[in-house]
Amino acid sequence: MAHIELPEGFPGISGGFTYRPETAKPMRELAHVLLHDENTLTSGERELIAAYVSSKNDCHFCQASHGAAATCHLGDPLVVEQVKTDFLSAPVSEKLKALLKIAGKVQQDGKLVTAEDVEAARKQGATDKEIHDTVLIAAAFSMFNRYVDGLGTWQPRDPEMYARMGRHLADEGYKEPSIKQPVGQPVHAG
Amino acid sequence: MAHIALSPDLPGIRGAMAFRPETARPLNALVEVLLTGPSTLTRGERELIATYVSSRNCTHYCHSIHGMIAAAHLGGDEALVKQVKTDFMQAAISPKLKALLTIAGKVQQDGKLVTAVDVEAARVLGASDIEIHDTVLIAAAFCMYNRYVDGLGTDQPDDEALYRERGRRVARDGYVTVSEEYLASNAHAAAH
Repeated sequence: MAHIELPEGFPGISGGFTYRPETAKPMRELAHVLLHDENTLTSGERELIAAYVSSKNDCHFCQASHGAAATCHLGDPLVVEQVKTDFLSAPVSEKLKALLKIAGKVQQDGKLVTAEDVEAARKQGATDKEIHDTVLIAAAFSMFNRYVDGLGTWQPRDPEMYARMGRHLADEGYKEPSIKQPVGQPVHAG
Repeated sequence: MAHIALSPDLPGIRGAMAFRPETARPLNALVEVLLTGPSTLTRGERELIATYVSSRNCTHYCHSIHGMIAAAHLGGDEALVKQVKTDFMQAAISPKLKALLTIAGKVQQDGKLVTAVDVEAARVLGASDIEIHDTVLIAAAFCMYNRYVDGLGTDQPDDEALYRERGRRVARDGYVTVSEEYLASNAHAAAH
């Protein structure tokens, strides 16, 4: 049970978002710019950074939903699993590996990022903006994960629900809710 | 020196925000709602939560500026702000705020550490659901702002007077208004 009275049937962050639309709006916008808007990093790469940080924070809802979104972009669920368990041996670019290393440090403490880490990413072709966005995606998921866990939200284990969410997030982004009605309750058609 | 090419004239989060106005706007909108929007928690109380979390994350820029904004809302009482940073249980604040700071401190480490007992303790002292929600989200949001400021290796000056002066302005004008000056001047500079 959640720590406060969140609307029933809204899993994870959708519970917090439905409860408090005033804070949901800028949080949605931030996620949309970071993960969905045009960027020299693909949406698949950015969702992998989000899923990786959420996995390191052990936040089930966020790693499952962003893992599903990454899978929709990349077409291969194995990549997400490999990135979560050992990204250095995952079939992703050397540049993304260098960025994931920076993201992993930000997840612990931003002060751990060194000039060497940044230089290594630059050598693989990362731009200042890509490094900026990597740091901010990792920082933002340090927020989203704590929000979802700190409210004690309902985090279902049903992979199909996350697959549906991932499809919506990959296609539409974050401006509109991916969960518009309570989950696990009868849906009346037409 | 910062890890990427940020403006040397804009310390802390300001340089990062000027670098990327597209993310600066929702970042400012979120802090504006959380710390200055309508709430049954005072602006001073909310700034103290932000300051406390930033202090635990050892992010000098954030705990200095939010500490000064908190002081501005609390009649200039910088000693109280320092007491909250070092040992809030001994500070002259309400028992309700102490219970909320306990929750914020757990969120700063890991949201899963918050227990039903922590939440019940806050409720017994008069905290409402929305106050508990906002405490969790302020703590979570500052885990983002702190990592953003530290992770880019931004310039974080030591000069207390600088934070005091700016803290008063932010307390008076709010985050979005104060941010417009450097977001606008950056857009202007970029256009030339």
